[in-house]
Amino acid sequence: MHFGLEHYLILSAVMFSIGLYGALAKRNAVAILMCIEIMLNAVNIALVAFARYLVPNSVLLTGQVFAIFIITVAAAEAAVGLAIIIAIYRSRQSVDVEQADSMKG
Amino acid sequence: MAVEIAFWILALIMVGAALAVVLLRDVFRAALLLILCFFTIAGIYITLNADFLAAVQVLIYAGAIGILLIFAIMLTRNVKEGNPFGRLKIPAFLVSLLVFATIVGVVVSTNWATVTGVSQGVEVPVGSATTGAIATALFDQSKGFVLPFEIASIVLLAALIGAIVLVRDRR
Repeated sequence: MHFGLEHYLILSAVMFSIGLYGALAKRNAVAILMCIEIMLNAVNIALVAFARYLVPNSVLLTGQVFAIFIITVAAAEAAVGLAIIIAIYRSRQSVDVEQADSMKG
Repeated sequence: MAVEIAFWILALIMVGAALAVVLLRDVFRAALLLILCFFTIAGIYITLNADFLAAVQVLIYAGAIGILLIFAIMLTRNVKEGNPFGRLKIPAFLVSLLVFATIVGVVVSTNWATVTGVSQGVEVPVGSATTGAIATALFDQSKGFVLPFEIASIVLLAALIGAIVLVRDRR
């Protein structure tokens, strides 16, 4: 296969699946947040690859601008997520998501 | 050809580091390998002619988010328990395998060359610097992203205030 867009998209799919598996299977809340960061980075790889390869011999910068917005929102998400994890740890002395079930019906 | 070799080296390190993040029992080592993973993603951006994004990746992900994660691990770490898998280990594996198979099927079966020629955005030739052109793409009056940029600043302000309120000591 000719080297190009498909290689980057499949790399992005591999990273997204690894992140998804970790986010669903882990019990430590910080580890889940790290896996969500892996998923966001996988999406960014796909966006930047599209920016590079959609128009032949030129870089379409809209994809890179979208990647910058995703990085911004990911930074905000990481800050709020870690604040929530620290608040949970203060009240329960644990960051195990299977024990944080007080809102379960 | 050099880009291809760089891609394969970076991709192997990246996937190995991401797998280690998921599989290691020590959360702290997982966070350090996640930072390695962020650095290799910056390298992938360089192979894609995105120099500005590579710098942003190192500054924000490897720098800011990496330090933030390590702080959170230091404050909440339970060394005895580590970073175990939960009850959903096998269903989660099946679901992520299904998602992976779906994405790969779509990527392989789509003819991506058909979607060229529809762009309205700013373009630069391959091999040139992108920083100035990204400024045009963000702030241009007709095809820029000025309103999303302003909304992003409000999102950051709200996240800042929210994080302070959540971790404030209430006594």
